[in-house]
This record gives sequence, structure tokens and C-alpha cells, in this order.
Amino acid sequence: MFDMSAYYEASSVENAIQLRLEHPDADIIAGGSDVLIQMREGKRAGHKLISIYMLDELRGVSLDEDGTLRIGSLTSFSHITQDPLIQKYIPVLGEAVDMVGGPQIRNIGTIGGNTCNGVTSADSASTLHAYEAVIELTGANGKRLVPIRDFYLKAGKVDIHADEIETAVLIPKESYERTFGYYFKYAMREALDIATTGCSVNVRLSDDKKKFERVRIAYGVAGPVPMRAPSAEAVLTGREISIEAAEEFSRAVLEDINPRDSWRASKALRQHIAVELALRCLKESVRRAGGEL
Amino acid sequence: MSDVGKSVIRVDAYDKATGRAKYTDDLCERNALIAKVVRSTVAHGYVTSIDTSEAEKIPGVVKIVTCFDVPDIKFPTAGHPWSVEEAHQDVADRRLLNRHVRYYGDDVAAVVADNDVAADQAVRAIKVTYDEKPFVLDPLEAMKPGAPVLHKECPDNILKHTTIRLGDYQNAIKEPGLLCVDKWYTIPTVQHCHIENHIAVSHMEGDRIVIESSTQIPHIVRRTVGQALGISWGRIRIIKPYIGGGFGNKQDTLYEPLCAYLCMQVGGRTVKLDIPREDTFVSNRVRHAMKIHLVSWVRKDGTYAARKMELYSNQGGYASHGHSIAAKALGTLPQMYPCPNCEGDAYTVYTNQSAAGAMRGYGIPQAMFAMESHTEDVAERLGVDSLEFRRAHIMPVGYVDNFSKNCNYFDTYNQCFDKAVAYMDYYKKREEYKNQTGPVRKGIGIAAFWYNTAVWPIALEHSSCRMVLNQDGTIQVQVGETEIGQGADTAYAQMAAQVVGLKSYRDVHVVSTQDTDVTPFGLGAYASRQTYVCSFSITRTGGILKKKILDYAAELTRQDIENLDLIDSNIVRTTDGKVLKTLQELATEAFYSLTHSEHITAEATYQIKNNAYSFGCCCAEVEVDIPLCKAKVTKIINVHDCGKLINPALAEAQVHGGMSMGIGFALSEKLMFDPKTGRPLNNNLLDYKLSTFMDHPHLEAQFVENPEPTSPFGTKALGEPPACPVAPAIRNAILNATGVEVDELPMNPHILFRRFTEEGLINDPWRKEES
Repeated sequence: MFDMSAYYEASSVENAIQLRLEHPDADIIAGGSDVLIQMREGKRAGHKLISIYMLDELRGVSLDEDGTLRIGSLTSFSHITQDPLIQKYIPVLGEAVDMVGGPQIRNIGTIGGNTCNGVTSADSASTLHAYEAVIELTGANGKRLVPIRDFYLKAGKVDIHADEIETAVLIPKESYERTFGYYFKYAMREALDIATTGCSVNVRLSDDKKKFERVRIAYGVAGPVPMRAPSAEAVLTGREISIEAAEEFSRAVLEDINPRDSWRASKALRQHIAVELALRCLKESVRRAGGEL
Repeated sequence: MSDVGKSVIRVDAYDKATGRAKYTDDLCERNALIAKVVRSTVAHGYVTSIDTSEAEKIPGVVKIVTCFDVPDIKFPTAGHPWSVEEAHQDVADRRLLNRHVRYYGDDVAAVVADNDVAADQAVRAIKVTYDEKPFVLDPLEAMKPGAPVLHKECPDNILKHTTIRLGDYQNAIKEPGLLCVDKWYTIPTVQHCHIENHIAVSHMEGDRIVIESSTQIPHIVRRTVGQALGISWGRIRIIKPYIGGGFGNKQDTLYEPLCAYLCMQVGGRTVKLDIPREDTFVSNRVRHAMKIHLVSWVRKDGTYAARKMELYSNQGGYASHGHSIAAKALGTLPQMYPCPNCEGDAYTVYTNQSAAGAMRGYGIPQAMFAMESHTEDVAERLGVDSLEFRRAHIMPVGYVDNFSKNCNYFDTYNQCFDKAVAYMDYYKKREEYKNQTGPVRKGIGIAAFWYNTAVWPIALEHSSCRMVLNQDGTIQVQVGETEIGQGADTAYAQMAAQVVGLKSYRDVHVVSTQDTDVTPFGLGAYASRQTYVCSFSITRTGGILKKKILDYAAELTRQDIENLDLIDSNIVRTTDGKVLKTLQELATEAFYSLTHSEHITAEATYQIKNNAYSFGCCCAEVEVDIPLCKAKVTKIINVHDCGKLINPALAEAQVHGGMSMGIGFALSEKLMFDPKTGRPLNNNLLDYKLSTFMDHPHLEAQFVENPEPTSPFGTKALGEPPACPVAPAIRNAILNATGVEVDELPMNPHILFRRFTEEGLINDPWRKEES
């Protein structure tokens, strides 16, 4: 039995917004793989819940007219991994969310929940940052689009207004076209784990595959929220592909990231791993883009 | 036809695979009251007051008891046979609830409510104030003068100190030309992580207390509940249904006494106390963390001139199994690689963390990590092949231990090594992996293990068995030794069918549930001894039953009993092989005869005054990704000589489980406590890195079947041994791959990062700039 004081099942997005306004103190629940655990732990004990889980209109992946990839916020991790559009345009995201927990969690957990939690270790987060995803929120006054780097305010806190629910995660065409990426989840075991550090890199190479046109890199658990490493990205923009350049890039991430010492891992280990992952993710991204490193 | 030695399907397979099997919670009535425990939020101190006023207002709360309410009775919890000699009785240092709290999570109060939610709310609403005292987590710190004292009866915190003195160590080390290898090995606190948390359900019938419990040791729990409540033992009835694993944690009295006490406080209504996973990690039992100091004085020819072992075992806040574990671990020193001059000291020390008790291996996984890592280190320094070194110096054939009278009858170690070598292609790989460079390196390592079955002569155990003939010629079998997932019931059925002369093990219905009101006395699942001890009681009881059946057959058929036998559930005349009657015909006649009706049953007890060694080895291959600070097991084998196999498939499964535990113990598991507060940090299955299926390669299990001469079925220990040699084998493989000796478990990225940095394999320039 869970200690919840009320449970409201939304029948539509409009109804969900209405419920949000009627019950400002209620929490939103989608798949429940985080909310129910926190409720059991006593952190959300006694809270009211607004469920959006039955809103099938928020499920699935589609392509908008302008080429934007639209991932409904209730799309489960396993559906994202299996989706043909994801596999065609941004396979790295499908791979990243396939590393969440175990199969049961991936069947119930949603990308909306993964982002709205605001946790730095979310397996989708670094790839969404590295692809400059845009969060679509729907509220009483219609839709609001927020770039993902602005969506994460601080650890556990995202920019969602009292009348809003997240309705989609959007990947702009400019982010994914001619772009190849790789995500490395560094954890203490091969399954059922959270990332000690997660690194997602994507590259766009010149037509002759000799130069980096654009490189993006983002980390989870390198700071209180997922973050890009702009200093490292700048190192490679327009540069010839070479191992020296790659190593300079990987070293440069230390100028951007800010991991901390905790019982889960020391700062020194996290820094060491962050540099190593940058290099490995870059190598694999280049290989996927048809280049050599 | 005998089923013994065949991989027959386990008797509970269908029920367990389909979910029909009943566990404690399945038996609990649906309107049972729910109990929850209030736990201390300080590592050491005294409860000065408890304010329950807010909690009492919560609807659904039925009863709250605190440490100020319970009787002041101290009781022991260890799942040992009771001793009638006071000197050998387990230390009684537990109370139902504690004013003097000794670890973060200690039991200070309990709530009984109509439902989970009300109980949880009440637990959160209870305000406890403490007079906080300094605490200590490390046994070496706890032994220092001035350290916080946990139990006033034990002012130096040393629960027990035992020694081994063999020959003259001090004189022996003076021999010129000796190589001295002096090293420390560190083993962390780990937990069993059985899938079913400990749960107890209690109700009263008349003035008697009935407890269904997830336990390995129902008959022992009956005694300890009686001791804890200060009531007559016969008033207590323990029922043990199927359980979801125990691995030694449930070889202890856990929350049965508190559950029974709470039940008595609410008029005997059914009370369920289901311990959450977070509390299972902290407030059940853990494996003893140890620091082991080994000093070896070795001659150039590899023989040991003298050896020393100092072992510091972290007991945590309460005695539980206490020093038995450290004492058993210390026993490896003179035996595994015999040496004429040995000095051993084992200390079991109270600290302010979770109480340590029995866990698969009972000190031997810790001892083997130290011993077999050290053996590798000695061979390395001598410049000799470590496997040849083992072969030359390990316990020889014919060795007899003076204390237990155990004998090493066969060349088991070499036979096991040979099988492991052949499977792994050990020598070729050992050669191939020399002098590797580059970031990813491979290595292969081996470790042997020492283990002995049963507890004689420390205690005299007995096993009792009852057999009952049914109308259809099948039988029921009851023993006190428990099925805890290992397949014991199936082995009993196979052995009983053979002894009695039944056609199939399917003709034996092993009554899986132990109920102390009706089940013959037996001590339960521990020490990897159930198949061994039951092989005696089943043989004796089966012989009596068979004799009674043949007596009856002789009367029915007017044949000389000397010419009759019971074969494949038939009464056979041995002189011509003629089937005179089926057992079914005989049984029906016996039940309903108008001239001589009789219920044919048998019951007997066997006293276990034997003991057996169980030996083997593990060989592991690893791939070490140095920059990622990760070691991955790519191939692994355990080889065991557990005597003759009763059921090879079950034996293999037992080995797989132990290897899995061994891999987690080696590479990822450690229960952590905050040094500033003593608070457990990772007491959940996400942060405690139990290894998963994805962390294992194929687990190869092979056997050498030298028949154990003391057992009627030639069988001996296999329950715990598989977990014993895995960690040192992996450690030695990492050494082979990288040249780095890792002397601390778990060999996870945190420790590998530190060690690879110390040894110069990792060289982060920015860290030098910082320092």
C-alpha cells in the first residue's frame, strides 16, 4: 500500500492542466518508477497524485513538418529504443535509454519522467543535452518551448509551471542531420545501475571525413545538473581529425565539468573517467560518421 | 532403479516455477496487524525519552511499545545447537528493544497498526531523543584503550581472542636465508541479499505462540524465542514454509522474538513483521569484515619455515555467531599449507555497525582471499609458478587434523587443479599473458579453498527422520533439516527412495514445511551439512521402515524374511527374483487387514560424530581495462570434490549460485557506513552493487567425485564452498594481467583507480598539478 492522499486520473491534456490548477499541491505521476519509490521511502508520503499515464496522445515518436523529431513525453524507454525514427535519426538516444535500470523499468519508465525529475544521472539527459533537445510544455495558455539546458534549473528542479505538464521532447533537425553520436554509461555494474558518469558525444564531419565540422559533448553526473562541455567542443570545431586533437579535446572537458567527491565516487576518479569517456565517445562517434581516429 | 546420482527434476520445481509454492507472506491472513520497527538514528548512545503522543493519534495505530516497556531479558541469537555447558553457550547480548543503542538502525521501539500506511506514519511520528556517545567502526580502533565501550561486560570490546601456537615461531624465523612476505588483506562488510527479506508472522492459540517465519533453523528459533520471552519452550511453535534464500542470515534468530512479543501485547491477534530491504541490510546480519595480516617465512626451496596470521574480525554491535567465524577462518592457517611453526591470533571485536553473523562460507571466503592472495604473492617473490607452488605445499594426501579428526583421503587438490587447468587452458594462457602492454590486458588466476563439513566435535548434533507408509506404497519423509532453495528436499527424496527400495524418488513425499510441533528435531540449514547429516538419519530410518515392511511381507507371503527384498516398490523373492506383491498391495493390506492391521512407520535419530573436508578450486580469466579501472571476468570455472553427487544438476546449480556470490564479493559488493555518523550509506539494491546476470560470463561447474568414506552415500559439503575461492582467483588473475597486487576487496573501480595510480599504470597529469 502506498501512502497517497488522493489520486486523480487525467482524461486528456486539458484535463491534466485543469487538475494541476485545482490541486496545486499534487505531484504528477507517469510510469511511477521514481514517484512510487520516493513515496515508499516516505519522501512523498501523503502526497496527492495526478496521473497522466492514460494519455495515449503523449505516446510515440513522429516527425514534424519541419523535420523536428517529436518524442511524446509518455513514450517508454523500450519504445524509444525500438522506434524506427529513433533508430534512423538518433540511434544514440535509443541506445542510451536502453541502459536505464532493467527491462521492467524500461517498459514502465518514460522520457518525460526522466527529464522532469531533474536528476543529473538520467541516462537520457546527456544525449538530449548533446542534441540541444527542446522541451515542449503545455499549460493553460498553450504550448511553451524550453531549450533543455534552460529546463534544468538545479538538482531535482526543472522549469515547469504550476499549470503545465511536459508533452514532448523535441530534437531539432539541425541537431541530428548528418550527425553521429555515442553514449557511454560508466557505472559500477553492467545492469540495474545509475551512471557514475555518463558521456554523450556527437560529431558532424566534413564531406571528406577529414575534419570536424561540429562536435557536441554533454555529461551526466559531472555537476548538479547534466551539462555541456563548451571548452572541449571549441577545441575541435573546424579542426582536422587527429589523435592529438582528440586528446586535447578530452583533456579540455576538465575546464567545464565540476564533479564532486562523494561516497559514490571521488572527484579524482570522476575526472579521470570523464576524460577517458570523452576520448572513447569521440572515437566511436567519428567511426560511426565514417571517419577514422 | 536408483535415482541417486541422477539429475532428476527437483520436487518443488513445478510449484516454484508457477508461483504456487507458499512462502510466509502467502500464509499470512489478510487482516493481520502490521508491525514496524523504529530504528535509532545514532550509531551509539542511550535513549533518554520516546514521545509517542503524535503517533498514537494516527488512525489505525493499535499499539506502540518502546525500549522502556520490554522485559529486561538478554538472549542469544546465533543459530548454533544449544550447549548444556555454560562455557560453550552463545553470548546473550540482545534485548527485544534497546535503550543502549549500538549501531545506526538499532531497534528502539515498535508499532503495531491496522495497515502498512498507518504503521509507517506512526514510525515517522515517534520522536526519540538520545544521549549520544562516541562510536567506533573499525575493529583495530575499537581495541585501543579509551575506545567507546559497547557492552559493559566486555570493556575492551574484544568479544573473544583465540590463538594457535604450533612449534616455535619465534625461533624458526631466525633461520638464515629466509624470505619474509609480510602483508595485510582487507575484506569489507557484505550482505547476503537473499531475495525474500526476513519476515515473521505470529498469532496465539490458547497460551501458545505460533510463529511462521522465514528461517533456516525452526527448531533453534523455538529455543531462542523461549529464551527471549522468558517462557517455556514448549509453548512456542515455529512453522517454516518455503523460504526465498537465507545464505546464513536466517541461520540466526532475527525478528521472531519481537514479532511474538508484539503479538502477545495485542491479545494474540495475528501480527506480521516484514522487514524492508533497507533494514535487512543493516538490522539483520552481515558477513564479518576482516583485516588479515599474514607473515610467511619461506626457504628458497619454497617450504614454509614459519607462518603467522593475525585476524581482526568486525563483529558489529551484537555477538550473533560471534567468534565462531574468526576461529574457523584462523583454522586455515595450520591446515591448508601445513607448516610446523605457526602463530595465529584471531580477535572478534565489537564495533558500532551492523551485527555480523553467519554468511555462506562462515569465515572461509575472507580467509581464502587472504590465504590464496598471499600464496600467489609468496610464489611471485620466489619466482616460481604459483600453481606448481600450490601443488607442492598444499595439504598432502593422508593429512589428519588432530581436533576434528578430518582426513584428506584423496588427491583432491591436484585432481581439481587438473580439471580447471584443462578447461581454462591455464598454462598456455599464463604464458601468453606475460609482459603485456596497452590499456586493456588479460590475465588468468587460480585459487584453492579449504572447507570442512559439520560441527563435531564443537557440538554433538543429531539428525532425526520420520517415515510414514501410505496406502498406495508411497511414503512421507520428515526431517528437521530445511529446504532453503538449495534443493535439499529433492536430495532427501532421492536418498530415501534408494534406502527403502522405492521405484522412484517421486514415491517419496518430503514434507517440506518444518513445524516444531510435529517435525522431528533437527538443527536446520547451516554448515553445508544437511545432505551429509541426513544421509545418516535417512539411511537408518529407511532401514527400519524397510525391515518393518519386509516383516509384514514375510507374514503375508509366508516366506522367510531372509529371502525377501524390497526392490523398485515390489516385494521380491531374492532366490528366484519373483515379484510376490507390489508395495502398494502390501500397504493397503497393512492399513485395512482384518487380521493384522498396522500403520507402518519408522523414526530414528543419528548422532553426527563425523566430519569431512570439502576441497576444490576456482580458476578465472579477466580482462582489465586499465583506464576505466575495471576488471571483467571473461571465463571462470569452479571444481569441487564434494564426494559423490546425489543430483548433479542441483549440485551444478549450487556451484553457480556460489560463484555468482563470489564474483560480487570480488568485484563490487561493499556495505558502507558514513565515517562521520555511522549511518549506513548504501543499504539498498541500487547502491549496494550486488553483481547481476550481466556481470557474469558462463559459470562452469565441474566435479571430482571421490566418495566420502564416512557417509553412506559418499557425499559431503557443497552449500558454502562454491563462494570460497572465487575472489582470490579473480584477484590473482588481475595480478597476472597488470602486475598489480590488489589486497583489498571489492576490486571495484575505486580501489583499482587507487592501486593503478600508485603503481603508475594511471598517470593523470592534472592530479599532480593539484597536489
